[in-house]
Amino acid sequence: MVTPAAATPLEAELLELAGSVPDPELPVLTLRELGVVRAVHARGADTVEVELTPTYTGCPAVEAMSADIERVLREHGVREVTVRRVLAPAWSTDDITDEGRRKLREFGIAPPRVRPASGAVAVALGPPRTLGPRAHGAGAPGPAPVPEPVRCPHCGSADTELLSRFSSTACKALRRCLDCREPFDHFKEL
Amino acid sequence: MTTTPDQDTALTAAALALGDDALVLSHRLGEWAGHAPVLEEEVALANIALDLLGQARVLLSLAGDEDELAFLREERAFRNLQLVEQPNGDFAHTIARQLYFSTYQHLLHTELAAGDGPFAPLAGKVVKEVAYHSDHAEQWTLRLGDGTTTGHTRMQRAVDALWRYTGEMFQPVEGLGVDWPALETAWLERITRVLHRATLTVPDGPRTGAWTAGAGRQGLHTEPFGRMLAEMQHLHRSHPGATW
Repeated sequence: MVTPAAATPLEAELLELAGSVPDPELPVLTLRELGVVRAVHARGADTVEVELTPTYTGCPAVEAMSADIERVLREHGVREVTVRRVLAPAWSTDDITDEGRRKLREFGIAPPRVRPASGAVAVALGPPRTLGPRAHGAGAPGPAPVPEPVRCPHCGSADTELLSRFSSTACKALRRCLDCREPFDHFKEL
Repeated sequence: MTTTPDQDTALTAAALALGDDALVLSHRLGEWAGHAPVLEEEVALANIALDLLGQARVLLSLAGDEDELAFLREERAFRNLQLVEQPNGDFAHTIARQLYFSTYQHLLHTELAAGDGPFAPLAGKVVKEVAYHSDHAEQWTLRLGDGTTTGHTRMQRAVDALWRYTGEMFQPVEGLGVDWPALETAWLERITRVLHRATLTVPDGPRTGAWTAGAGRQGLHTEPFGRMLAEMQHLHRSHPGATW
């Protein structure tokens, strides 16, 4: 989990503004809730640099995010806005705030599960079905497993199955609830 | 960070090698759009292609202007592995290519991410993204290999056909500081494990020497690559400077 950096009250105010911009693909979330605005640096009078980290390296929404941040800060009176893309430390779904997770669920997307904070994590292929007898193999290097089940965002059931590892965007997987039978998107742990 | 001219040259060459791998495979996977066996796979392959394109953009930008490098270089100037330029073939061939390459990419970037070199920040992201690519390839290898007789036969044919392109992955790329023999050992172990679980036979053909691939990093490519580039570069070359 990365906490955004702002050294002065002005920077904190601008960080708040930049973070209030809605995500272009998931407009129920703000960039702050998504955890992608890393820092705001005021450089002299009315010049500001914003550090933005992409969720995925190829995420096409980054350009729209940058343009929206520039627009909002300019409307607030900042003359020069530069949005700089930072890669390290790599963004993780653990950077999504609790509020962000709640909003995702209400929007019909199962939020990413929080990874255990311990150091080394054994890697194995995740089971397509979260409950039931189907055992999963010991292959590598699949995504690190997360112990809790993916719950249906519609009815809350823990009995859901994977339909496809990649869904409408690279950050989501397509699943189906085995109780209410509704398909739903799951924001994959990254 | 200050670097000497020699280090800069090595950095540029390494960025080109890794960037071209990602760019070329991304384009090949994009060719499945409209042709994949089921809609979910169409979406999956396009998403994997998008991840690779994002990685290619960062890497090529380290080496120069990304658009010029992607769209205005001739075939001999590309430094990608011959494996990634191989035509899609049937779905099993695409999955075998994904299995071989994503396993390599995952191991390589895990090592790069652990270091403090110029590729470490990107590698930290690549490792996370490629974990899903390699999971996708392994699941399909298991499903096809340990499925019907037809699936098994065709998956075996695909892993056999691409085997001779896999030795080239472990030719050292200058400027990366990677333990290549250890990387190759780890790759062979992992591939062997997956193929055995899929009830497939590990190919016994040569991976290095005569009749194997080995010159992509030096700019020598297989015959289908020129045609792929012609298609990929056609629009940019026909309409220089066009934007939308």
